[in-house]
Amino acid sequence: MTSGGITQHLQSGLWKDNPGLVQLLGLCPLLAVTTSFVNGLGLGVATLFVLTCSNALVSASRRWIRQEIRIPIYVLIIASLVTCTELIFKAWFPTLDRSLGIFIPLIVTNCAIVARAEVFASRNRIGASIIDGIGMGAGFALLLMAIGAFRELIGQASILSRLDMITGGEPSNGLSFADSGFLLAILPPGAFFSLALAVALKNYIDRRRRISSGLTPRSLRHSR
Amino acid sequence: MTDKSVTKTGVTLAAIAAICTALVAATYQLTEQRIAANEKALLERSLQPALGGISYDGSVSESQIVLQAPHDLPGNDPAIIYRVYAEEQPAAALFAVTARDGFSGPIRILVGVEFDGRVSGVRILQHRETPGLGDKIESARSDWIFQFEDRSIGDPVVAQWAIKSDGGDFDQLTGASVTPRAIIKAVRNTLLYFDDHRDEIFEQ
Repeated sequence: MTSGGITQHLQSGLWKDNPGLVQLLGLCPLLAVTTSFVNGLGLGVATLFVLTCSNALVSASRRWIRQEIRIPIYVLIIASLVTCTELIFKAWFPTLDRSLGIFIPLIVTNCAIVARAEVFASRNRIGASIIDGIGMGAGFALLLMAIGAFRELIGQASILSRLDMITGGEPSNGLSFADSGFLLAILPPGAFFSLALAVALKNYIDRRRRISSGLTPRSLRHSR
Repeated sequence: MTDKSVTKTGVTLAAIAAICTALVAATYQLTEQRIAANEKALLERSLQPALGGISYDGSVSESQIVLQAPHDLPGNDPAIIYRVYAEEQPAAALFAVTARDGFSGPIRILVGVEFDGRVSGVRILQHRETPGLGDKIESARSDWIFQFEDRSIGDPVVAQWAIKSDGGDFDQLTGASVTPRAIIKAVRNTLLYFDDHRDEIFEQ
């Protein structure tokens, strides 16, 4: 694969076809765990790991998988990987595992993962599939971290609180800017507002780019 | 599909299932001991704060009694009593009980009672109270939960085990009164249970 191909794949996952912002997949964990940056980072990394491994395994076994049984096999592969991830989290990041709770096992239901297996990994070589998994996984993880950081900042007026869940050591409250924040941001409605703002921001940036690259607003409207 | 391809499909499925199972089994082997150690450490760590720093023998989680419902402690799910000994004499008991009348869902509370009936400490094990309001019952978020230390039935008298706005002796939380009421009631009932059953608890 050329380096141009790699960049293109990564760009697609990180921005152009971002699973959270554009495909709007995996919204349940995205909305539920992003109450802090560290939670977002934890689930993001777990999803990235599962997505990359599942893409690799699906791609590696694509020659033997018959059309009729492909879905059960994807489910098997993804469920096994998620179980392994859960065990690894319980062994090495027990506090983070407790904080994320049910959302680690629920990665198995993240449609972004089975979608990549079906749409990409089952039709492409293993190298390209791994790159695609990393791109899509990182796109999802970065969105989780961004929304987590935003909600934590607005809702609790702090950032990086409970970083000890990843690094170990004494509980830390991170960098705090005020005693209390705007509570709504860490309540469930805040998750929807934050995601809507993120999608709007992405669309705004894309629009500005297209305008500055010579397309007039009028032709933009036609292209919609 | 022909018979042959059905067999082939079945074999493929079985082979991939075997590989996936092997992967999970290997990970389990690798992590099993660490997970068990983490869980024990976590339990010890979560029990310790409610002991208020009294010294004791061995580990707290070793001598536990599980009471299945119905029992006379708060809540209708299993209550756990951890007995704590110092120099082989009963020193304190820890009660994991549930308050059913919180604002949203059950609140799991750990109440530590010294042998003479005074509270050694109270901690919240699990709750789903409103972030920013009811969650101030967590020791990490405010000092509210510390006010029970050294109190007992008689200090204040049973009728005074309530928040100040209900004519009681305990501080309330701004914006949340259901939550403190539930916890005060659970602590009070646990103390009453301890007074009635103290000898029984340490006999078993």
